[in-house]
Amino acid sequence: MSIEINGVTKRFGAFLAVDDVSLDIPEGKLTALLGPSGSGKTTLLRIIAGLEQPDSGTIRLGGQDTADVHVSHRGVGFVFQHYALFKHMTVFDNVAFGLTVKPRRERPPKGEIRDRVLELLRLVQLEGMAGRYPSQLSGGQRQRVALARALAVQPKVLLLDEPFGALDAKVRAELRRWLRRLHDELHVTSVFVTHDQEEALEVADQVVVMNKGRIEQAASPQQVWDKPANPFVYNFLGSVNLFRGRVHGGQAMVENVRLCLPEMKSDAESRPVVAFVRPYDLDVSRKPFAPDDIAAQVRFIHSAGALIRIDLQRSDTGDAVEAQLDRDRFRELALSVGDTVYLHPRNMQVFVEDYQI
Amino acid sequence: MSVTTTTARPAAHPPAAPLPRPRRARRLATEEAPWVRYTLITIALLFLLCFLVLPLAAVFAGAFAQGAGLYLESIREPDALAAIRLTLTVVAISVPANLVFGVAAAWAIAKFEFRGKSFLITLIDLPFAISPVIAGLIFVLLFGAQGWLGPWLGEHNIRIIFAVPGIVLATAFVTFPFVARELIPLMQEQGKDEEESALTLGANGWQTFWRVTLPNVKWGLIYGVILCNARAMGEFGAVAVVSGHIRGITTTMPLHVEILYNEYQFAAAFAVASLLTLLAIVTLVVKSVIEWKTDRRRRRAAH
Repeated sequence: MSIEINGVTKRFGAFLAVDDVSLDIPEGKLTALLGPSGSGKTTLLRIIAGLEQPDSGTIRLGGQDTADVHVSHRGVGFVFQHYALFKHMTVFDNVAFGLTVKPRRERPPKGEIRDRVLELLRLVQLEGMAGRYPSQLSGGQRQRVALARALAVQPKVLLLDEPFGALDAKVRAELRRWLRRLHDELHVTSVFVTHDQEEALEVADQVVVMNKGRIEQAASPQQVWDKPANPFVYNFLGSVNLFRGRVHGGQAMVENVRLCLPEMKSDAESRPVVAFVRPYDLDVSRKPFAPDDIAAQVRFIHSAGALIRIDLQRSDTGDAVEAQLDRDRFRELALSVGDTVYLHPRNMQVFVEDYQI
Repeated sequence: MSVTTTTARPAAHPPAAPLPRPRRARRLATEEAPWVRYTLITIALLFLLCFLVLPLAAVFAGAFAQGAGLYLESIREPDALAAIRLTLTVVAISVPANLVFGVAAAWAIAKFEFRGKSFLITLIDLPFAISPVIAGLIFVLLFGAQGWLGPWLGEHNIRIIFAVPGIVLATAFVTFPFVARELIPLMQEQGKDEEESALTLGANGWQTFWRVTLPNVKWGLIYGVILCNARAMGEFGAVAVVSGHIRGITTTMPLHVEILYNEYQFAAAFAVASLLTLLAIVTLVVKSVIEWKTDRRRRRAAH
C-alpha cells in the first residue's frame, strides 16, 4: 500500500520536529528515512503509524485519509528500536498477540493461530524458540521476534524505527541483509528509520535524507550518492574535505584548480563557492603533480582496515584534510608521520549557495 | 588457508620473577577489614534487638502474663470481636478502593501527558505529609455536626462522623498513596513502548491494560496493596478523631487496645495488640516472599 504524506507538521512545544513534509512512498518498496538525531525521522514514522498526531497535514495510506483512523485499525506493523516485546509472554504468545486480540468474529481458530505463528517463526529463523521468554534471547533474536510479531497481523505497511540501532556491528550487517531478502520475498511497503548512511544506502530502494524536520533529498541510493542535492546531503553521506573558492563568468577557482562551469556563464558576478572532495578522491603524491597542488603534512596514519586513512594538515591554511589510499599505493609512497605530501583533488562537488553543478 | 609473513620467534625473555607473596590472607580490594565489618554488624544487631525484637517479645509476654485463659477470653469478648470485625470491614472497603484509585492514577501519570500532572503527583503525597490527626480533623470539619456539610447530612439523617463511614473515609485518606506511589516509578521506568506496540497490533485500550500493562506491574501492585493493608489495619490517629470511641460500635482494633490500656486491663490490651502484631508479622513475611520472588525474576531477566 502506498503512503502519501502531505504537508505534515508536528511541534513539541517550541521544537519543530517535522516541518511541512510532503513525500510519496511507493508501494512494495523499501524506503529509508535517513538523518541525524533530532531530524524528525522517527516522529514522521510515528505519525504515519498513528502513534503521534500531526498538527497539520494529511497521511494517506493506499489513497485513504487516515486522520480519523485509530492506530489499532491502520493495519501498520511497527517495530520498535528496543523491540518492545511483552516481557511476561513467551515468544509464541508475543507473535500470536495481534491475532488473539482480534474481535471474536475475525479471530482465527486456535489451530490456525498456532500454524501461523510457527510459520512466522520459521520465516524469521527462530524455530524451536517458541517457548522462550524475551529475556532468554539475544538482541538480534529479539528484534526478529518483534518483526514476526508485527508481520503476524499481515500489515499493509511495515514501519521500523532504527531496527538495528541497538545491535553490535556484525549482527547489524547480517540482519539488514536478511531484512532486504525478507522484503524481496514479502513485498510489503516498508519504511525504516536509520541514522547510519551505510545501512540506508545498502538496503533501501529509496533514501529520504532528513535534516531539521525537512526533507533534503529523496532519491535512489545511487542518485543520492552520486548527485547529492546539497552540501548537507553530501556531508552526511560520508566524511568529506571542504575547500572554498569563487565562481566568476562560468569559471570557478577552487584551490588554484580551474573548473569550467558553463551553466554559470551568464552570471557576471563573482560568488563564493564551496567544493567537497571525498577522501578517496584525493590524490596523494610525494612530488607536486601540478604547480597548484596543495602541500600538506602527514599528522596521523590509521592503517587498520581495507583502506589506509591519513589525517593531514595543510601547510598554507593549517586546515585538517583526510585522504584514503589503498594498501598498494600506501606501500609505494612509504609515508610516515611528519612527511610533506602534495594533494590533488581528482573529483569535486561544487555548490554555489543554492545552485548545484 | 592463510599465510602470515611474520614468523613467531620463541620467547627470548626469561620468565618474570614471581610477585612477593602477600603476608596476610588475600582480601578483595573493595572489602573492609574484618574487625570493621564485625563491629558494624554487632552494632546493627544490638540495635535491632533492643528496639524491635524485645518490644515485640514484650507484647506477647504481656499478652500471656496472666495465662492463656485470660488471653483467649479477652479476644473472645464481644467488644473485642466487634473491633476485629470493624477493622476487617474498614480494610475490605478502603484497600480495594485505593487499589483501583492507585492503578488509575499511576496509569494516568506514567503513560499520559496532561496539564496539572505534577500537581496531581503532589496531591497524591498529601496524606503522607499531613499528620493523621489533622486528616481526621479535616473530615470532622467537613462532615461533623458543626461542619460544612453537617446540617445537610443531619437533615437527611446520614451519619458519617462517629460512625463507620467516617472511619472508612479517614482510613482510605491516610492509606491513599501506597499503591500509587509504588506503581508510578515502576510504570514510568517501563515506558510506553509495550503499550504502543500492543496498539499497533490491533489491541484496544482495555485489552492493552489487562494483557500488557497490568501483568508488567503485578508484583509492584501486590507489594503496594500489602503496605496499604498493613497501614489500614493499624491506623490510629485519623481514626481516633472521627470514631468517637463508642465501644463495640466505632472502635477499631488499635482504638480498642487504647481503651483497654487506659482502663488498666493490661493483659487484655496486650492480647488484642498481639493479634495486630501477628497480622503485621504475616504482612512482613508475605512482603519478603514477594520481594524475594521479584528479585529472582529480575535476576533471571538480566541473564
